[in-house]
Amino acid sequence: MLLSETAISPLFSLAPLIVFLPVLGLLLNIIFGGRMGEKAIGWLASVASGLTFVVSSLLAYGLWAAHGETVVVPFADWITIGSLHIPWNFRVDTLSVTMMLAVSGVGTLIHIYAIGYMHEDVRFKNDPKRFRRFFVFLNLFIAMMMILVSGDSYLMLFVGWEGVGLCSFLLIGFWYDMDTLGRPSWANSNAAKKAFITNRIGDFGFLLAALTMFWAFGSVQFGEVFGKAEEIAAAQPAVIIAITLFMLIGVTGKSAQIPLYVWLPDAMAGPTPVSALIHAATMVTAGVYLVARSWPLYTLAPDAQYIVAMVGAVTALFAATIAVGQYDIKKVLAYSTISQLGFMVAAVGMGAFVAGMFHLVTHAFFKALLFLSAGSVILGLERGHHHLAHHKGHEEHEGKHEEVFDPGDMRNMGGLRKRMPVTFWLYIIGTLALAGIFPFAGFWSKDEILLDAAKLHPEIFIILTTAAFFTAFYMGRQIWMVFFGEPRHEAAAHAEESPKIITVPLMVLAGLSVLGGALNLPGVHTLGHWLEHTIELAEHELHLPAWLEISWGGLNPVVALVSTLLALLAIYISWLIYGRKPLTAGQKDPLKKPLGFIFTGMENKWFVDEGYWAVFVNRYVDIARFLADVVDWRFWHDWFHDKVIAGTYVWLSHIALNRYADQKGIDAFFNGLGDLTKRLSAFLRRLQNGFVRSYALAVMLGVIVIVGYLLMK
Amino acid sequence: MIPLTYYLVLSAILFTMGALGVLIRRNALVIFMSVELMLNAANLAFVAFARQYNAFSGQLFVFFVMTVAAAEVAVGLALIVAIFRVKHNIDVDQMSSLKG
Repeated sequence: MLLSETAISPLFSLAPLIVFLPVLGLLLNIIFGGRMGEKAIGWLASVASGLTFVVSSLLAYGLWAAHGETVVVPFADWITIGSLHIPWNFRVDTLSVTMMLAVSGVGTLIHIYAIGYMHEDVRFKNDPKRFRRFFVFLNLFIAMMMILVSGDSYLMLFVGWEGVGLCSFLLIGFWYDMDTLGRPSWANSNAAKKAFITNRIGDFGFLLAALTMFWAFGSVQFGEVFGKAEEIAAAQPAVIIAITLFMLIGVTGKSAQIPLYVWLPDAMAGPTPVSALIHAATMVTAGVYLVARSWPLYTLAPDAQYIVAMVGAVTALFAATIAVGQYDIKKVLAYSTISQLGFMVAAVGMGAFVAGMFHLVTHAFFKALLFLSAGSVILGLERGHHHLAHHKGHEEHEGKHEEVFDPGDMRNMGGLRKRMPVTFWLYIIGTLALAGIFPFAGFWSKDEILLDAAKLHPEIFIILTTAAFFTAFYMGRQIWMVFFGEPRHEAAAHAEESPKIITVPLMVLAGLSVLGGALNLPGVHTLGHWLEHTIELAEHELHLPAWLEISWGGLNPVVALVSTLLALLAIYISWLIYGRKPLTAGQKDPLKKPLGFIFTGMENKWFVDEGYWAVFVNRYVDIARFLADVVDWRFWHDWFHDKVIAGTYVWLSHIALNRYADQKGIDAFFNGLGDLTKRLSAFLRRLQNGFVRSYALAVMLGVIVIVGYLLMK
Repeated sequence: MIPLTYYLVLSAILFTMGALGVLIRRNALVIFMSVELMLNAANLAFVAFARQYNAFSGQLFVFFVMTVAAAEVAVGLALIVAIFRVKHNIDVDQMSSLKG
């Protein structure tokens, strides 16, 4: 697949820059950031990310000029052990470039937004140094994500995979020692730990997949693995199934699917730009990318494919139901993200790789838009709250304002349409795109997934359509609760619109959310033809019912109509419940009464966290406590070390060494030596009688002896 | 010409007298003189041999010995004077302060 040297456009030699530009940005910020202002730090990071986008665009252009032929840009030798040779290559193909463009494009907009957002964050007033750290982490994330998507081997992909996990951990726990209002709290760092540990479980699956692959294929390079895939699949079909299922564990961790999705809602503890960039638009789609990247393996294992698709579909529905019962504006979006990731995973699982990637890209646009708008709403409320605290004057105790107010709670909002009109319209665009209303981006991509599902697995089609219905419902609920009705809290009544640096990137994203569908319009299929160079789609021989055979350039009017009508119906129902009679302050959710325990379940995330605690975490803690207390402390420390080893040692040294070897052996020898010397000297000192003449006699006798000896010799 | 043996016998007698003086007498000054007697006995033997063998190195040695004896006298007398100042006598048997 590697083109001859002459044919490679010089553009492709730029490929390593997609990793090194953000690295350069973060290094400059580390070295000089201390002396630069907030603005300069933020813009430096944004420019680094923006240049990455430029380079990605150049690569895309180069690829387009080369008719989509995959290019592998050798960069450096990484691992060479005996016959094992893993180079660090940059793989530039239509799939990786699509990811690069989405990551760096959305990433750059979020960088710019973050300059404004982080400046507004009340917590920076005390610690401006964290501003630099935030952008260093953001740039590091872009670099790691680029390594992930551009890697030419599963091992290189794994480096990026772990790297983005690390950045996710660092950024969720960014305010590791305080909560949203700057009070001391460890909630954020606990959320970070949860995300990291849950991801580690998934990463373990990925690692097993990579090792099994190395064992079966003798390589982890994409080219070699995919080249041998069919051969191995014919010889040992179980191996392919094992690899793809291990990989699925990794996907469930990183892309927040059942059963490892639990970390993502908690990850909303991170600053909102992080939620948008990492936990909605880019990092969490890594799992979808992994499945799409491994398409030659998945297409050889239809059973595994079906499991992947089922996991995705069930997650899509399950998370959508939870989203209905949430009150935190970001939590709703978090569960929505899980649900939409479920759509993507279901799509790539079914083999509808193009539909999955299409939804990945459009979702990156509109979910980033929604998250950032939610951030704008939260900031608006914080401003209103701040404003109130100022106006109520200083006669009241300072702590009283900060007792219960949560700027992210939708029950504190209401009526923001008038206070924050720009954010309102942006939010509406994001919502319509997410709900899949014609002609917004989400409509086209979701419709494509639903159509593929209808053709391949009708049961998945039904699950996903239901999930889409819930999607529209909870988004409608959110809109009515946040923007309509009367303010339910004084902070909402005094909320203020966000500045331009926040709204302008949102407008760009809103534009993309409206027009993103143009990427792969029915009849044109730009993205489909673009990805065809990398992913060969299997042709299925299907016996379809007549209504599914209708195709308007790839768009099935029945599927499209059903999903759109369901979405509109859901929005209408949400208006009936939440819009017609807006909530009043302190009122319970109107769904609570008619749905009863079902709503309690939704509200409490179906008690999955509690279940995990009861089944896994507490058992784990029990085992850890047993190991620490009984095995380590009592057995090893108290008994083995103290009694056995130390006791034996003391006994040995006391009895054997001290009493016998030391006292009777060594001491006796040296004392004897001393005695001998004393006795000898007592004898010899008699010679020293003090009479000079006797010394003289001794000298003479000595001379006589020596001379006599010399003469006699 | 007087034979060599005579000189050597005289030298031996002188040496023996000197050695006996050193060993028997207690007066440091006398001991000192006895040492001189021994040295001169050796000198006599030197010159006697030098004459016998017509070699001047023997006579040369005598000069060395005399020089050394002169130096020894200077040091020795100074020591005796110093000891006398402290102890008010020069009996060598009294000089046993360093005995352990």
